[in-house]
Amino acid sequence: MAATAAPSTTSAPRTSAPVPRGRSAGSRALRWVRNHITQAYAALALLFLFLPVAYVLLFSFNNTSSRFNERWTGFTWTYWRHPCAVPGMCQSLKISLQLGAIATVGATLLGTMIAFALVRHRFLGRTATNLLIFLPMATPEVVMGSSLLTLFVNQASPLPLGFWTIAIAHIMFDISFVVVTVKARLQGLDPRLEQAAMDLYATPLQTLRRVTLPLVMPGIVAAALLAFALSFDDFIITDFNAGSVVTFPMFVYGAHQRGVPPQINVIGSLTFFLALVFTAIGQLGRGRASRKHA
Amino acid sequence: MTAGTADLAGRNRRRRRNTPYLLLLPGLGFLALFFVLPMLFLASNSLQTGNIYDGYALTWHWHTYVQVFSDYHQQFIRSFEYAGMATVAALAIAYPLAYVIAFKSGRFKNLLLVLVVAPFFVSFLVRTLAWQSILADDGYIADGLRTLHILSSGGRLINTPFAVVCGLTYNFLPFMTLPLYASLEKIDVRLISAAADLYAGPATAFRKVTFPLSLPGVVAGTLLTFIPAAGDFVNVEFLGDPLHQMIGNVIEKRFLVQTDYPAASALSVLLMAAIIVLVIIYTRRAGTEEIV
Repeated sequence: MAATAAPSTTSAPRTSAPVPRGRSAGSRALRWVRNHITQAYAALALLFLFLPVAYVLLFSFNNTSSRFNERWTGFTWTYWRHPCAVPGMCQSLKISLQLGAIATVGATLLGTMIAFALVRHRFLGRTATNLLIFLPMATPEVVMGSSLLTLFVNQASPLPLGFWTIAIAHIMFDISFVVVTVKARLQGLDPRLEQAAMDLYATPLQTLRRVTLPLVMPGIVAAALLAFALSFDDFIITDFNAGSVVTFPMFVYGAHQRGVPPQINVIGSLTFFLALVFTAIGQLGRGRASRKHA
Repeated sequence: MTAGTADLAGRNRRRRRNTPYLLLLPGLGFLALFFVLPMLFLASNSLQTGNIYDGYALTWHWHTYVQVFSDYHQQFIRSFEYAGMATVAALAIAYPLAYVIAFKSGRFKNLLLVLVVAPFFVSFLVRTLAWQSILADDGYIADGLRTLHILSSGGRLINTPFAVVCGLTYNFLPFMTLPLYASLEKIDVRLISAAADLYAGPATAFRKVTFPLSLPGVVAGTLLTFIPAAGDFVNVEFLGDPLHQMIGNVIEKRFLVQTDYPAASALSVLLMAAIIVLVIIYTRRAGTEEIV
């Protein structure tokens, strides 16, 4: 790896260094400008990232009369006070939450087991397993959604398109992400902790329950949150397998043709803040855990 | 995995030998049933003839592939063009951002990482809808650009390829930023200072040290952006015009509106095949097999 940093780079000797060790006032000034160019660029990128978020937050308060909420026409609390005034929206939200819960439990359970097998055991068919985990993540959603549709509309299929076919689809695409997340955490675990537990006469089951699981738990929680977010947010795969069931993303998709109720921005803002709170809790928890171990 | 674990479990060796399979069985069984089997159904459907009322029969009708390719090759090409442009744009936006977070953010690193991901806590459809309003003909941006005569008086932003590529770039940006950050963050900064000690200027040091070491992130990020972008149909639906559809739109309409399953399945299979071929060529070229 270090070979790429070979001394063959004998370009014109310049004095400014990319790491803090300025050699003259001139080079320091040059570095200051250079540093702040990349930072200004990053700030612009963040601005691009937050433009739609700002729109969603701001226009959830817009007292609009147009079908499409495009220009600011005055402040109102109405939509925040009556988020469910739009017919069908809160029902779709409820369905999305239920689906998210089912997909999270199912995928976290199945995916965590696979992650344990992959990290803690040697077995025949490892490569095939890894491939089977990787493929769903590399497959475009239209292909996955449409292939599931061809399965479910087959005459031999006992399941009509609807809630449970969506649930199956969500568990399916969530599994790989759970495996990857839990695997990363398991690989980072010091195996000597488990060896120590067994040296102290803990049975394999006790070791799992008292040592391994508590240590892996942050990974499992992160995986579960990711699984929920992916399920809650999914549109393309759901669209193919929903039958007449309407999830929240499907409601939004329908709304873009009929006109956009500002309440959609209220729900968008709410999910934004909720996810932000979860992330903050996660960050705080991680900070505390690392201090405890230090 | 570890010697100690294996020794202690020695007395129960046979049970342990079965453990991995018991752990794998439910999950892999689920994937076999609902990922692999549907792919076979898709392939089989693409070779059937019939209609939704009288049913379909497998007749090995390969001609469907010829037909859909000649009908829709334009949409295929357009999908890959749009996805390619969005991937390049996402790389151009995300690389400096990931670079700043990895090397120049100091104690704000965690905060910045959250900020980079936070916009995606707003649901995919809601933020795409937000772009629809932002770029709308009556919106502030189109108005402003018309006032500045950057946009002609009848010019528009919405319903143009520009809006679609903008939406695709935006929507898949975290898939670019996070792998880039992960591989930049792993770089030993002493290698960069070594390059500087050996008289490499900042540009040379970046070109010869930082960038090559971040290549795994570039490969992973570009793939994770390109693949979902090439199959997307939401951005065209919200931000584009019906005359410039991507292949995802065609597949969606063929399945759900026209219920022409054989043709739609053939298009899906072609898209999957095209992406697999592109991914293999690309990873070979980039010289790294490590994707995730």
